[in-house]
This record gives sequence, C-alpha cells and structure tokens, in this order.
Amino acid sequence: MKRITLFLGHYGSGKTNVAVNYALHLKESGFPVVIADLDIVNPYFRTKDSQKILDEKGIKLISSEYAASNVDFPAIPGEMYSVFDDKATYAVLDIGGDDRGAYALGRYRDQILEEDNYDAFLVINKYRPLTKTPELCVEIKEEIEAAAGIKLTGIVNNSNLGDSTTKQDVLDSYSYVKEVSEKTNLPIVFTTVKKGIKIDNTFTIELQPKTFGEVY
Amino acid sequence: MGEKVLMKGNEAIAEAAIRAGCMHYFGYPITPQTEVAAYMSKRMPKVGGVFLQAESEIAAINMVIGVAATGKRVMTSSSSPGISLKGEGISYLAGCDLPAVVVNVQRGGPGLGGIQPSQADYWQTTRGGGHGDYHNIVLAPASVQEMASLTVRGFDLADKYRMVVMILADGTMGQMMEPVEIDNIEPLKVEKPWALTGTGMKRKPNIVNSLYLKPNELEKTNFDRYKKYTKIAETEALAEEYLMEDAEICVTAFGITSRVAKNAIKEARAQGIKVGMIRPITLWPFPKSTYMKHADQCKAFISVEMNMGQMIEDVQLAIECKKPVTLCNRTGGMIPKPEEILAKIKEVGGVK
Repeated sequence: MKRITLFLGHYGSGKTNVAVNYALHLKESGFPVVIADLDIVNPYFRTKDSQKILDEKGIKLISSEYAASNVDFPAIPGEMYSVFDDKATYAVLDIGGDDRGAYALGRYRDQILEEDNYDAFLVINKYRPLTKTPELCVEIKEEIEAAAGIKLTGIVNNSNLGDSTTKQDVLDSYSYVKEVSEKTNLPIVFTTVKKGIKIDNTFTIELQPKTFGEVY
Repeated sequence: MGEKVLMKGNEAIAEAAIRAGCMHYFGYPITPQTEVAAYMSKRMPKVGGVFLQAESEIAAINMVIGVAATGKRVMTSSSSPGISLKGEGISYLAGCDLPAVVVNVQRGGPGLGGIQPSQADYWQTTRGGGHGDYHNIVLAPASVQEMASLTVRGFDLADKYRMVVMILADGTMGQMMEPVEIDNIEPLKVEKPWALTGTGMKRKPNIVNSLYLKPNELEKTNFDRYKKYTKIAETEALAEEYLMEDAEICVTAFGITSRVAKNAIKEARAQGIKVGMIRPITLWPFPKSTYMKHADQCKAFISVEMNMGQMIEDVQLAIECKKPVTLCNRTGGMIPKPEEILAKIKEVGGVK
C-alpha cells in the first residue's frame, strides 16, 4: 500500500464517499490517517459532511472553511502542505470532479512525484451517463491525467444507482469495469457496494449524511 | 423499460433538452445550476449542437432571442441573481412572442444571498420577472425524473404557445442525484411560419419585433396575448393531489418542499390526522380549480414554502379566502424539516 491515495474521476462518480470510507478503513486497520479535500469545483457534497465520524475515529480532516458553506469560494487551505511534510501519516486525497477538478492537483504534483509513494485511483460508475461506456471512461481518464500531470494507477468500480441500487446493478457492472481495465491497462482495485448489499470481494461503503436532509 | 441512469437534476434538464431537440444552449456559470452548462459543454459538440458560454447572463439571453427568432429550440439556465439579469431579455421574448425555455435553479436571496436552496423567486417567476404585461408558463419539478420530463414538456408548450417557459427548480433539485429514465421522447412538431428562416425570394420577410409605434396597436397586441393566456389557464394547469379524498387539512407545496411535506403527511396520517397535499406542477397557470374543489371540504390550508410566503397569496386567491391559509416556512437557504411541518399540521388541526 502506498502512503498517498488519490481519488479522481468524473463529476458525481462517488469520489468523496469512497475516499471517506477508504480513510475509515485505513484507520480501522491501524494506520495513522489524514484526509484532505481538494475539491475546487463543487461547493456541495464535501468531505466535511462526514466531519463528525472522522472526528470520532480520530482522522484528521484538511478542508477549506468555505466547503459546505453558503458561499461558492474555491479554496484549498495552506495546511494542505502538511500532507507532504508528515511522511509518517497515510493520506487520502479527495479530488474534485473531471479534468477541471484535477487541475487543483497540479499544485502538488511535484511533491507527489518526487516522493513517488502514491496511488491514483479513477472512480467510475457505469450508471452515470457521461461514463456509461468504457470509451467514455478512457476519454475522462486521459483528460484527468492531462490536467493533473499524474498518471492514474488503478480503477475503483463504484457503479450504483443511489438509494435504489440492487445487488444485480452491481453485478451488471463487472463486464463494463473489466473492459475499462483492459482499455486503460489499469488494474481494478476494488468494487464498492453500499451497506446492506452482500457480494464477495467487495468494499462496503456507508454513505455520507444527506446534505439536504430529509428530502427523499 | 428504458435505460436507468444516475443523474443530478441539472444534468437531467440538460440531457432532456437535447433529446427534445434543443441544439442551442447559451449560459453563464452560477451555483447551483452550473452542471447544466457543464453537461451541455460535454454533450453538445458530440450531437452537432451549439454550447456557448456567453460573457454574461445578459449576453446569453440575447443569444436566446436570436435563435428563438429563427424557430429553433433554444435554452438558457441560471440561478436567482442571474435570472434577474435575464429579466429584460425575457420581457423581450414575451413581447416578440418567441418560444424559449429558461431554467432557474434558485438560491437564497435577495441580492447575492447564498448558494443554498430557496424558492424565493416564486413572485418574480410567476409574475413575469421583467417589465410589461406578460406571463411565462412556469413548471415546478419535484424529482430528477420531473426535471427531465417537465423540460421536454416545457419545449412543447413554448412552441405551442410561442411563449417563454420557465423551469423553476432550486438548489436541491439541481444538485440531488436520482435514477432517471430519459427515453422515448417525441418532441411536439409545431409549424413556425413566423420564423426568420430566409425568404428564398418566395415570400414577404417575417419581422420579429416588440416595438410598436402606435399605442393602440400595442394595446391590441396585449389584449390578444391575454386571450391566449386565458386559454392556457383553462387548459394547461397541472397539480398532483396526494391523500386529498378525505383530507380535512390541506398542505400545499411545490418542488422540493412537497417532498419534505409528504414525509410529514405520512407521519400525521399514522397519528390519525386527516391531512393531504396539493402540489402545483404549473405555478403559472396556477391550478386554481384543484384548490377550489377542496375549499369546502378542508377546514384549513398550510402553505409550505422556502421563502417568506409568496405562493400563499395564490392559494388564498384560489380558494377565494374561504378558509384560513397558514404559512410554514424557512428561508435564506434553509430547508424545513418534516417535524416542523408536522408540528404546524398539529397546531392548525388543534391536535395536542
């Protein structure tokens, strides 16, 4: 396992949910963990929505004070540099969506490449219309790599239909993600399932608290 | 059954517009509707359409006027402050009798306000929003699926009546993700003999214009336009009724608040309170007859809104003030909780 794990991908692919759960998983496995929110695209659905559970579990959160606030102010705190100074702590980096989100990573590219102890995972969801085919995933992968200046190293299959996801929906994504893997030459790192669905060899994730409350 | 995809409300609007034959989109980014433009920027080049990020909201709405005049389907989208900027252009579209779809994914106001969801542009939207005597048809979706279906309906209505149709959504509707099917869309085909398509030297030039040199001619145009509005009010009003058969208390809400209200109503019913809901889907024309139908049966109405009480006036007018209408509201980007609505239902119903 590498010290730094980056989660990148298409807008709305589930990067934040995956990143938070991955950080929790690392912590439960006994590693010191910090999670950093580098999203400069979307002011909603931020890592900060999970602050309570992160605090409870003793995971440090680096996040802009404007995240999940009433202003849309793209910002990354200076504290972000501590991720690269403190090499004893494992870091999970939640990057904004698409190539536009990945540009933020360019600021830290030199440190990441110099240390050379990172994984950069592409989070994909078969049920998102702009990544519904392997060809579209390849397109997004190349756009993200160009913007970030960092090569991706693996794929996270986060195929889901939100609250109504069934076991079959997840199973139906396997041939798709296999094809994405073949076309990109990237290994499939894991497939996620939401809590309540049981499939062997998957990573169970608990969803973040609902941003807008009981509106469903 | 069609293919299910997981979409944000903003994306569903954009995809539905493309499927409805809208090949021209002009916009300017503003939270919380930016994904409409972002999605269009990805999809339009692939389907041979035009995505253009204008230099401002005002520029974008004037580009809409240009395309609408040629008879092509065209859309723009923004959020509250941006819609105010588009007000002049919307009035010109109305004055020129041009069809277009304008999306408002509302945020908190007034002024710059904030980026959290709101329904405070109800008055602005249902009363026209710009200057002069005119109406827009206003559609209020309450799910991501409706963001898509009402966008398609919006284009059809716009063409049918040569009017601006506004999709009045809010930050939650724009941002939330839900499974949605956008298939089997058959856009209404409307002949547009008035459009500026070139005479080919075979006919007299068409003129699209909102300036009248003689006041009596402008008056006649306005009178004629209002005859059209009367017809629309009679035929196009839409509302959903939820548990209204035996309801003694009627909750009313549109868009996102109707979903929160539904949760409160379920709980109230479980506690034995006879409560139902009217959800207007068209905010203009306001579905007055649906309210009037229940005005004698219900002892009270509760208008749940994310503003300081705007739709409540239309409800009072619709039931001709026969029964009291109470406001249950949050504003400034706050969303009411089901418990708050339940408490109001109990208070109005005299339940301890």
